Formats: sequence, structure tokens, C-alpha cells
Amino acid sequence: MKQLLLTARLDIVESLRARWFQVYTLVFGGIVALLFVFGLTESRVLGFIGLSRLLVTYIQLTMAILPIFVLITTVRSVAGDREAGVFEYLLALPISLGAWFWGKILGRYAVIFAPVFLAMLGATLWGYFDGIEIPWGMFAYYTALLAVMALCFLGIGMLLSAVARTTDVAQGAAFLVWLALLLFLDLILLGVMIQGRIDPELAVAIALANPLQVFRTAALAMFDPQLIVLGPAAYVILDLFGAAGFRIFALVYPAALGIGAALLGYHLFRKGDLL
Amino acid sequence: MIDAMILLQNLAKTFRRARVLNGIDLAVGLGERVALIGSNGAGKTTLIRCLLGEYACDGTVRIDGLDPRRQRTAVLGKIGFVPQLPPPLRMPVGQLIEFSAALCGTDPARIAAVAGRLGLDVEAIRTRQFVRLSGGMKQKLLIAIALGRDARLLIMDEPAANLDPEARKIFFDLLAQRLEDATMIISSHRLDEVSSLVNRVVEMDMGRVVLDDKVAEDVALTDVFACRIVLKRFEPAFAKALDGWNFDADAERLVWQGAVAGPDRLRFLGLMSRYTGLVSDLSLMEG
Repeated sequence: MKQLLLTARLDIVESLRARWFQVYTLVFGGIVALLFVFGLTESRVLGFIGLSRLLVTYIQLTMAILPIFVLITTVRSVAGDREAGVFEYLLALPISLGAWFWGKILGRYAVIFAPVFLAMLGATLWGYFDGIEIPWGMFAYYTALLAVMALCFLGIGMLLSAVARTTDVAQGAAFLVWLALLLFLDLILLGVMIQGRIDPELAVAIALANPLQVFRTAALAMFDPQLIVLGPAAYVILDLFGAAGFRIFALVYPAALGIGAALLGYHLFRKGDLL
Repeated sequence: MIDAMILLQNLAKTFRRARVLNGIDLAVGLGERVALIGSNGAGKTTLIRCLLGEYACDGTVRIDGLDPRRQRTAVLGKIGFVPQLPPPLRMPVGQLIEFSAALCGTDPARIAAVAGRLGLDVEAIRTRQFVRLSGGMKQKLLIAIALGRDARLLIMDEPAANLDPEARKIFFDLLAQRLEDATMIISSHRLDEVSSLVNRVVEMDMGRVVLDDKVAEDVALTDVFACRIVLKRFEPAFAKALDGWNFDADAERLVWQGAVAGPDRLRFLGLMSRYTGLVSDLSLMEG
């Protein structure tokens, strides 16, 4: 446990000094600031006004940015550290591979979750002191959704880092994974496939397997329970699960996917060459 | 040779189709100082990484009877490692020392003390990022981390390459203190760089051991030679070359005197060979 915490702390310190983290923090802090500046709390969409409106917009933007950001920065820094000789030196110290791998995940998780959460918390506190009504239920669910989203893509990123030998390959693989998930959103290939009379069960299965689609549907379900703005796949999914059931699924499945990917990554890391 | 500190039997490592280590058998006993030499691509680094358990390989690797892959922390707890290229760590020096000391079960003050002997004031650089230190400072710190604990096996990849002569002298003294209780593997491209440090030479080529020989060494690591050089005329370039060796000159700057560490004498004579036309007399006296 001591080794795990030492590694987590080490990764946090290394990340805090890295440029990617500064950009990452700036992006999410900037999004919240811009949403306030453009008076989003004053606007109204489908009955949503005030902080609910801001949170909905924030989560939508986060869903677009966070996955690719987490994937690329994770594989870049892990594969980059391996190439630059950081692993060669630090893994020559008496540390267990489990403590190293999971400590790295723990540290990195704290670093990627903190800015997105703190930006949202900051917005909420700002609204609170500004006298805006705070939708605590929505805030709590979106916090959970962000936490799970970070875990899911961090796990996938660590798996790719364990498989890829070089930074270039790791980055390319991360981009391909993100692109594949993006293409199978219901508004893109999945919508086309349904129009092309694909078996609806297959379309639902693809949508359910895609964490991006799951996050998107869960976030929009709070915003638009009738799914007016969603494509057909999400509509079928909600019909099967119900709104509450899908909200739970949207937390459990991506978390399981992230942990599963991390476990597989750990297995591959432990079995093969560490460098 | 069951009680060997390092035991390699039919060690092989293949990257895709390239066989980098090809059936290496080697036994190194406690207290042996081995120069691991060979050209680029000979397999030295791969061998070191197999010893550290960083590569999965075929054959047998045992460090003090333990498998570095399966009994990782127990094995690495016995090893002090100095890499050829310092890792680009962004963490502050103080944290690197504390992190290493906590993992290795040693006192950070002990590491700082070794660094101090090498001429590196840890307190002055405690908050500086490791990556921002000079090459020599990084090397001194990594040596201090390796020597600042009870390592029974020291694996060093060109450890003295970035050190100034004074620090090299102290480094040799520090190694001399560990002769009885530690085995040393010192890797280098060139034998003359490390010959004075070792009592055995293992040369690798194309993933095989092509030479395994003892070195007859009459000069101890701690020996010092009194040196006197007389010049025909003064040259500023000569004075600059001697900078760092702590030599004193007479008023005309024609007679230079100082001390040269025994293991460094070959390197010193190599330096002097560049000024052969300038030197009228040169003596090295042991004692």
C-alpha cells in the first residue's frame, strides 16, 4: 500500500508539472468561465434555465473533449516515459509491478478527474453564492458520470499503453479507438445502419457497447427525457431500460469497461517486457 | 556455482525476429567487479535489463539465488542501478531522494551524505526539478541513490562518464569501500574507461560472451599518484585541460604538481598525450 501511494504521489507531481495538465486544466476551467461569460445561466432551452442549463452544456462539451484528451495524454506520457528511460530507472527500484501500475492509475485518475470536477464544482458554488437555484441531484449524477467517464478512458488508455511499444503507435491507436467510438454514435454510422434496415437488436447492442454513446444518452436523458433530440438507437435503449435503469447502467458499464481494460493492461504489462 | 551473486544459464532474448542475447552462460561471485564491454548492439543493455527483471527472457537468471521476474522486490532491494542516460524526471530532487529511499528502505540523509561527498549539495537543489540539473549533477545524484543504501549488487552503465576528476576520485573511493560486500557490473563501450575499476572483463558481441578474463590489477581503487609535469613553455590550453584536476603551478606556470587517482591514471595520461610536444618531463609516483 505504501508503494502504491508513493507511486500515485509521484505520478501526480510529475503530471502537475507537465504541459498537458496545464492545457487540460485551462480547457475545462475556460469552458466554465466562457459559459458564465456568455450568460448561459440566463438562457432557456427545453425548459432548462439557470445552472441546470449550464451543467447540461458543460457535460456535453466535456463528453466531446475528455475522452480524446485522456486517451492521448495517458498513452503519450506512459509510452513517452517508457521511451525516455523513466521506466528503465524507476522500475529498477524495488517496487512491485502491481503497486507501480495501479499507483500510476490512481495518481493519473486524481489528476484527470480533479480539473473537470473542480470546474463544475466552481460553477455550482458560483451559482450558489449568486443566488441561483442549484439542481443538486443533477450535480451529483453528473459528478458520477464524469468520474466514470474518466475511469473508463483512463483504463482504455492504460491498456493501449501496455500494448503499444512506442509513443507514435500508442497515439495512433488511441486516436483510432476514439474515432471508432465516435463513428458509432447514433447520429453517425449507427443512424445510417438503422436507415439501411439493420437488425435493431444489433444496433442496440452496438450502442450499448459504445461508452461514448452511453454517456451521451445518459446525459441527454436528464436534459430531454422524451429523447426528442436523440437518434433512433438511444430511443430504443431507453425504451428497454427505462430512464432510471439506464442511468444506473451508464455508470456501471463504463466503469466495468475501464476497470476491465486496466486489468487486461496490467496482465499484459506484467507478462511482457516492461520497457 | 550455486552461491554466485549472478547466475545466467543459456540466457536468450529475442525481439520479434532479432536474437539480441544468444545463450549466455555466466556466473559472477560476490566481490567481483566485472567490466561489461562491447560495441553498440552487442547486447549489454539488454543483458542489464534482464538482470533487473525488466525484460522477459528465456533461460535462467538468478540474482543471489532469486528470480528477478518472480521475486522482483526482493531482488531489486539488493541492486543499486545507475543508468547511462539519466531519466527526464520532472519531480524535485528532494522528492526523488525520498521516493527512492522509501522504496529501498534507506535513510534519505544517507543518500544526501554520499551526494555531498561527490560534491553535490542536496539542500541547495532540493526543490529543483531533476531534469533541469546539469549532466554531472544528475549523474552524481543517481550514483548517490545507488550507493546510499546496502546494495549487494551494483549495476552501473558508464557511471563516471559525466564526472569531473575530483568527483571521479571520490567515486572510486566510494566503490573501494564496497569491495568486500558488493558485486559490481560496470558497462562501457570501451575497456580503457573502466579497466582500472574492475578485476574481470566480459566482452559481448552479437549477443554472445566472446571474452571472459581476469584483470591483473596491482593498483588499488584508493591509490593516489603524485604527479609532476614540466612544460617547455606555457600554453593556456594546457592550463584549461588541467582545470578540475586540482593541480598547482609555479610562478612561471611551467612546473605543475598534483595528485591523480590510481584508477584515473590511464585517463590522465590520455589527456597528457594531447600535449606531448609541450611536456619536457612527466612523472607519476605511487604513494
